[in-house]
Amino acid sequence: MASIDIESVGKVYTGDVRAVTDINLTIQDGEFIVLVGPSGCGKSTLLRMLAGLETISEGNVKIGPRVVNQVEPADRDIAMVFQNYALYPHMTVRQNLEYGLKNRKTPKAEIDTRVAEAARMLEITQYLDRKPRALSGGQRQRVAMGRAIVRKPSVFLFDEPLSNLDAKLRVSMRGEIKRLQRRLGTTSIYVTHDQLEAMTLADRLVVLNGGKIEQVGSPLEVYHTPASTFVASFIGSPAMNLVKAECQGDKLTIGSAVLSLNGYMPTSGPVTVGLRAEDLHVVSGDEGMQFAVDYVEELGSQRLVHGLVGDQSITIALAGESEIPATMRIGIDPARLHFFAAEDGKRITTADRTAAAIDVPSPVPVG
Amino acid sequence: MVENRPFLSFLTHLVLIVGVLIVVFPVYLAFIASTHGPTDFMSGLVPLLPGDQMVANYGYLLGSGESTAGAPPFTLMLLNSLWMALLIAFGKISISILSAFAIVYFRFPLRTVAFWVIFMTLMLPIEVRILPTYKVVADLGMLNSYSGLVIPVIASATATFLFRQFFLTVPEELMEAARVDGAGPMKFFRDILLPLSRTNIAALFIIMFIYGWNQYLWPMLITTEPHYYTVVMGIKRLANVLDGDNQWNLVMTGVILAGLPPVLVIIFMQRLFVKGLVETEK
Repeated sequence: MASIDIESVGKVYTGDVRAVTDINLTIQDGEFIVLVGPSGCGKSTLLRMLAGLETISEGNVKIGPRVVNQVEPADRDIAMVFQNYALYPHMTVRQNLEYGLKNRKTPKAEIDTRVAEAARMLEITQYLDRKPRALSGGQRQRVAMGRAIVRKPSVFLFDEPLSNLDAKLRVSMRGEIKRLQRRLGTTSIYVTHDQLEAMTLADRLVVLNGGKIEQVGSPLEVYHTPASTFVASFIGSPAMNLVKAECQGDKLTIGSAVLSLNGYMPTSGPVTVGLRAEDLHVVSGDEGMQFAVDYVEELGSQRLVHGLVGDQSITIALAGESEIPATMRIGIDPARLHFFAAEDGKRITTADRTAAAIDVPSPVPVG
Repeated sequence: MVENRPFLSFLTHLVLIVGVLIVVFPVYLAFIASTHGPTDFMSGLVPLLPGDQMVANYGYLLGSGESTAGAPPFTLMLLNSLWMALLIAFGKISISILSAFAIVYFRFPLRTVAFWVIFMTLMLPIEVRILPTYKVVADLGMLNSYSGLVIPVIASATATFLFRQFFLTVPEELMEAARVDGAGPMKFFRDILLPLSRTNIAALFIIMFIYGWNQYLWPMLITTEPHYYTVVMGIKRLANVLDGDNQWNLVMTGVILAGLPPVLVIIFMQRLFVKGLVETEK
């Protein structure tokens, strides 16, 4: 069990290629942190620096009270689960689980108890004497986690552990990882590019872009108050609609439609407005915006209607199976609009607005 | 391709059978010749059916050897050859696997240069550098010794290259997992890389054993004491009678004796090799 302090950490590869810039993050003991971002955003590099597989070019990493910049991976008291599992192919599952403990000169009896315990927890007891190649993807994944668990490290590092599994297995393994982490209470850092995985697993999300932190927060905070257009478009499915608009007083002009903000004046001039697909709804009469339907995606529980407002594409999520006309009018509760500065994409926030209008549901108690 | 077409089927078999005959016939001839007495070749015709001198010929060569032609007993030469071939095969494999390990897994200055220097020695087989090598070995006092037979040919660029290529296909995560699991470099090498290279080692062992066994020029140069003769040289000694007829029956007996161990190695190791190929571990 340990907290982790990441203090202005950066990574520069030879040839002045910068992968990670000035990351500051404090991770509480027992917290489940998910690093999420598109490929090439530096999330894996950051994780590998924590693991000790990459050298740290700038800043300090502390695991517990100890600065570990120069410490070998084996001595950092971490365990890592790799994307391709990295099981030793010539060893049985049992030998795979034992290997790290043997190298640490753990007594034989202790090894046996720990392996049995981990195998029971992951339900792989009957496979202990098989080789990894005789296991399915999901079982290999369990073995890879088992190898991390038997070590009883103070930090788990997961490097996209589920991306080699099929969709159904991924969902069930996701639940299992979450349950396991709760049960063991071990500080965990999890890297993924899948925003759904990130949302469902994280106690706190760290959204990375271009080697920098875009936003840190609980999944719901990040979902409801994205700090930038990047976060807005990355977190949530379908992605948040981002449209160019013009603010004048408390009037918002999107294409030819003019919406009233009921006295709220976030800014004036051009602005990027974010609208969640599920916040948009069909309105009657001549309110809202003219929406020309392009095509419809049926998801069963809901349907995504893609179309145009003026010349900007918008997706709305509608329930049920009602008739969809070629054009309709759509509206949104002004309190559910997100405003971002047109030039740098940063969120425009005013104190009264966040307090009054954005309704952030309180996090579900953990346990 | 060839479905139910009797003529094509016959043709393919014919081609294969002819091919096999071309390869096998000389070997058969050698074996037949090794079972006859010395006088059976005087007519200039080689008999095609086995004679009755097999036990005598083999017993004579293995036991006492053709001392007049300067060939010690074949038992000794076979042991010398075996010893040399094994040392060369194991030496080549251990040296090249370690250098490939260094080149692939360690970042040291001039790493690429080191690799290319090793690679360039491919251009320098023993025959090319035979005089300077002889001089060095002679100055070191290694003439007429096993170390002299083995050490000059013990480095192998080919094997280094093959191991390097294999190591490059081993996922890097295995090494990282081992690091996290607390295995140092040599432990990783021993516990993970070595078992994974098993099939490569078996294949290289076959090649290198036969390479070592077939060494001819080098042993001939540096051994002058019959005690260190190898079997391939021994054949040369048998066939090198100055006055009088060659004793073809004995020469052929020597050939069969010299050819047998590589065949055994291939038959025995191939099972390992194929087994390794079937049970792919990656």
